[in-house]
Amino acid sequence: MSALWDILASAGLWAAVLRIATPLIFATLGALLCERAGVLNLGIEGIMTFGAMIGWFAVWNGADLWTGLFVACLSGMVFGLLHAGLTVTLGLSQHVSGLGVTLFASSFSYYLFRLLVPVEGTPPKIIPFQPLHIPGLSDLPWLGQALFTQTAPTWVAIVLAIVMALALFRTPLGLAIRMTGENPHAAEAQGINPMVMRYGAVIFGSGLMAAGGAFLTLSAFDSFIPTMIQGRGWIGIALVVFASWRPGRALAGALLFAFFDAFQLRLQTVIGGAVPYQLFLMTPFILSILALALMARRARVPQALMQPYRRGER
Amino acid sequence: MRFERREQIPPALALLTPLIAVAVSLALAGGLIALAGAPVLTAFGKILTGAFGSKLAATETLARAAPLILTGLAAAVAFRARLWNIGAEGQLYLGAIAVAAASAHLFGGLPGVVQIPLLFLTGALAGMVLLLIPLWLRLRFQVDEVVTTLLLNFVALLFVSMLIDTVLKDPLAFGWPQSVPVAPEAELPKIIPRSRLHIGLLVAVAVAFVVHFIQARTAFGLQSRAAGLNPSGAAFAGVPLGRTLVLVAMLSGGLAGLAGAVEVMGITSYVTTELSPGYGYSGIVVAMLAGLNPLGVVLAALFTAVMFVGADAMSRSLAVPSYIADVTVALSLLCMLVAIFFTQYRIRR
Amino acid sequence: MSETVLDISQVSKRFGATLANDAISLSLERGEIIALLGENGAGKTTLMSMLFGHYTPDSGHISVMGRLLPPGRPRAAIRAGIGMVHQHFSLAPNLSVLENVMTGTESLWRPWSDKAKARARLMEISARFGLKVVPEARLGDLSVGEQQRVEILKALYNDAKILVLDEPTAVLTNLEAEHMFATLKDMARQGLSIIFISHKLDEVMNTADRVVVLRGGRVVAERRAMETSKAELAGLMVGRAVTRPLREAATPGVVVLEAKAVTLREAGVERLKAVDFHLREGEVLGIIGVSGNGQASLARLVGGLARRSAGEMTLFGRPIGDMSVREVVEAGIGRIPEDRTHDGVIGEMAIWENAVLERLPEFTRRGLVDRKAGMDFARRIIDGFDVRGGTPASRIRLLSGGNMQKLILGRNLIEHPKILIAAQPARGLDEGAVAAVHARILEARRAGTAVLLISEDLDEVMALADRIQAIVGGRLSPPVSPERVDARHLGLMMAGEWAREREGAANAV
Repeated sequence: MSALWDILASAGLWAAVLRIATPLIFATLGALLCERAGVLNLGIEGIMTFGAMIGWFAVWNGADLWTGLFVACLSGMVFGLLHAGLTVTLGLSQHVSGLGVTLFASSFSYYLFRLLVPVEGTPPKIIPFQPLHIPGLSDLPWLGQALFTQTAPTWVAIVLAIVMALALFRTPLGLAIRMTGENPHAAEAQGINPMVMRYGAVIFGSGLMAAGGAFLTLSAFDSFIPTMIQGRGWIGIALVVFASWRPGRALAGALLFAFFDAFQLRLQTVIGGAVPYQLFLMTPFILSILALALMARRARVPQALMQPYRRGER
Repeated sequence: MRFERREQIPPALALLTPLIAVAVSLALAGGLIALAGAPVLTAFGKILTGAFGSKLAATETLARAAPLILTGLAAAVAFRARLWNIGAEGQLYLGAIAVAAASAHLFGGLPGVVQIPLLFLTGALAGMVLLLIPLWLRLRFQVDEVVTTLLLNFVALLFVSMLIDTVLKDPLAFGWPQSVPVAPEAELPKIIPRSRLHIGLLVAVAVAFVVHFIQARTAFGLQSRAAGLNPSGAAFAGVPLGRTLVLVAMLSGGLAGLAGAVEVMGITSYVTTELSPGYGYSGIVVAMLAGLNPLGVVLAALFTAVMFVGADAMSRSLAVPSYIADVTVALSLLCMLVAIFFTQYRIRR
Repeated sequence: MSETVLDISQVSKRFGATLANDAISLSLERGEIIALLGENGAGKTTLMSMLFGHYTPDSGHISVMGRLLPPGRPRAAIRAGIGMVHQHFSLAPNLSVLENVMTGTESLWRPWSDKAKARARLMEISARFGLKVVPEARLGDLSVGEQQRVEILKALYNDAKILVLDEPTAVLTNLEAEHMFATLKDMARQGLSIIFISHKLDEVMNTADRVVVLRGGRVVAERRAMETSKAELAGLMVGRAVTRPLREAATPGVVVLEAKAVTLREAGVERLKAVDFHLREGEVLGIIGVSGNGQASLARLVGGLARRSAGEMTLFGRPIGDMSVREVVEAGIGRIPEDRTHDGVIGEMAIWENAVLERLPEFTRRGLVDRKAGMDFARRIIDGFDVRGGTPASRIRLLSGGNMQKLILGRNLIEHPKILIAAQPARGLDEGAVAAVHARILEARRAGTAVLLISEDLDEVMALADRIQAIVGGRLSPPVSPERVDARHLGLMMAGEWAREREGAANAV
């Protein structure tokens, strides 16, 4: 019992929670934005992979870290454009198209990585984002260690969740996006172009997904390893449902998941070999499934999610 | 500009669709090969010779096609009933480990003719069980099975990793995490001696014909198609939706589990976490390229196998990463989607 | 003093082979109410969709207040002061009333929504026209009538000077409809101009100043409402004498299906409340009512798709439990679903497959479908019921609505069912197909089939039914004989007035 208490009391746990949550926040917000406009984006896992690779590559090639993050975002937007073209313009199955984008984006990132980076024994490294020292706060005893030793992108992610909540619920553009996800015909009847809304949301949302991937290579770690996304994208898709399509709850959900993840990592070191480590690694996936089962029926799904919109067709 | 639905799809166009898709994806892959600074035509030539240039290469390609046919069928039967089973990868692994465990601890002494069918069944059962979980979640809680099957892939792989690290670990493997091997009687006979081509390919092709027969001729086939095309119309006509989906899930999961069984019994004889280079995911591409037609799956699986085996060989002599195969296969899925669209719609100004 | 606010001039629109609108011209004055009258497929909705920028006309032009309206741009139509109230509401159930109304009214690049201002404006308009709403209510929680109010408010909020309503009473009860027309007249007095699309002669005569009749995509007549009659309009609308088959007297046989105090709860809502009815051989029982009052649940219950929560049912004199679709079909109950394309057929499957799907066990030998027998069965239906436009192997999607309905009718009637449940069997069909469907139903009645006819179309029920019950809020009225009631009486029944009337009668005695 005291071992558990020690884990909870350690500042390192809470620092890890924020760090682990960051890519999930980016990814979940990205997926949430797409779905609010009515498009399920299963390209997420591949887009994150590509963002992680290209962001890292840009920095390894001499760009500064923020530029790397920006490049990752741009690449995500390009894949978003592809997904939007397939699902919005052509109205293809969002499931299959998204999987296609994931398969393509991830294999393409491995291909480019092999092509651009010489094969070495250990993967080459970059110097990642360093913790942001916030005068005063970071020097607080325990709290400073627990909460204020994060890198800048983590703070960006948290601010982004708030900004997105405000944008969706307090601005005319946000209302237009939500209306498009609920009833594109009604949006069109009010002079809003649902195609433009969907394109915009998918492109911008995909940029966020890629930023989430890039956080892994530019801040959490310092090199790119294929398969390093490890299902984080799929967890993000589950978190959107868990969050009932609300950015604030998405932030809370990502933090909750990160908490379990950070907690199990530390629990592993305490319990050690008594329980196979794989059981611990399974927990985020099983938690995601449980969260879906718990929330799926209660959640108010955007009514036009996964429904292609064609003008004049009902 | 707008799209207008075609009244009738020209049959020639429907047949040409996958060929066009493959051609376009190969052209795009050519661009990527050029990006790597390699001569494009030479590279394609090497892919072809790598896949068919020798008896060894050809047998390797055909051996690769076997699990792809089965995972392709798994996706095709599920998708046709609008059951989005993206979990074939996990079902394959679970089928494989179940076979290893059963052969080592349950049916070990039995002669091949008895043991092999029993193990096929074991693998299929394991795959079924894994798919019935997300189906139950869908029917009971309305949870989208796409996400749950995807998530379960990770759970299944970790579960297998745990087993081969603990209770099913091979004590003779010098500490490597690999499972106990299947009994020698359970190893699938080779079609061509001293190659990796085993009778699993024949099994897979036979299964494709059986699945085709089920879909085209049986009441269950008709009902599952109806359930996929229009669930409320099917329910009105008395198709038991839940039961039909359960049967479809058992068929789909079973096929994916069988793919795992065939791979363990035919190629590796033990299970590692590197057993499948994404056969489950490639199966989705195979199914789509085949237009969800079980017989088309055989051809689409062959194309995919050619790409994988050929690209491996090509990358050994040219500076083109072998991932080009994965890229081409993924591109062929995207191209196929667009091509299908244009068989159903035409552009109107 | 008259002022033309809308001028539609020589507008044409073609879809594939059909000319939906053929050189249509129309003008609307300030403060005027025009009724656009026509049958289904006459081109009314196409014309209004062009007015609103959903479609682009092939030729001709539209001007509003003397200014040319750019084609194909909904936004321009809104700016010009055109407000559209669709038959299927353009609303989002998950958003609030205020959000539904204010979507798209502010510049998208404004950093902040001024909800307070929007709310004040909405309340002001709501007070001015007597359209009461709660701005914060979730739209999906409102009744259909209230949702229509929101739809009208949305148009007014956009400063509409011209209001277009597409079959506004299709989903309303009589009482709601009366109230709505009173509101429309008030709006016209306040200077708005209104076009409403309809095929109901009563409301057209009572509300419109002018009536424009459309037929086959053309304006065939224009009349002042004062100077015409229902009979004349009916003739103009249909363009020929209506020859719907006549029901001859019949002597009904034994009771085949009886429900006593049956209650049906679906998704937590009581859709049917202790309903009583019985059905006899060789008679048609008509169930009238505004859609959404439980008739769909009634059809599902008898059709084997829903389980009752309470009450007794007997079939051919024997008490029955819950029946599955298969048991229902095997018992000789034929079913025509309300929504043809959604429930009645599977569009991408062949005609023969659609013909046999609900009786699949009959066409299955050892698990295998007898394709040949299925094809023969489909061919018998095609020949016997005059289904045109397809062979047994062609996809059913390619059939027209009328032919699809004939196929559905055929697969039910060809084996002479003991009971036929027909839900809205003639909805959306052209006059010829309606006559064919009605003739088949009466023919089945003659042959001894008991028919449960569920319909919103009073004329249809009056023409076919031997007894009529109204369904309102899940309750069934006692049956009345069509010979003893008129349309007004039935209208009262559909508004749920039977209970009060019975009390009144009791008091009178």
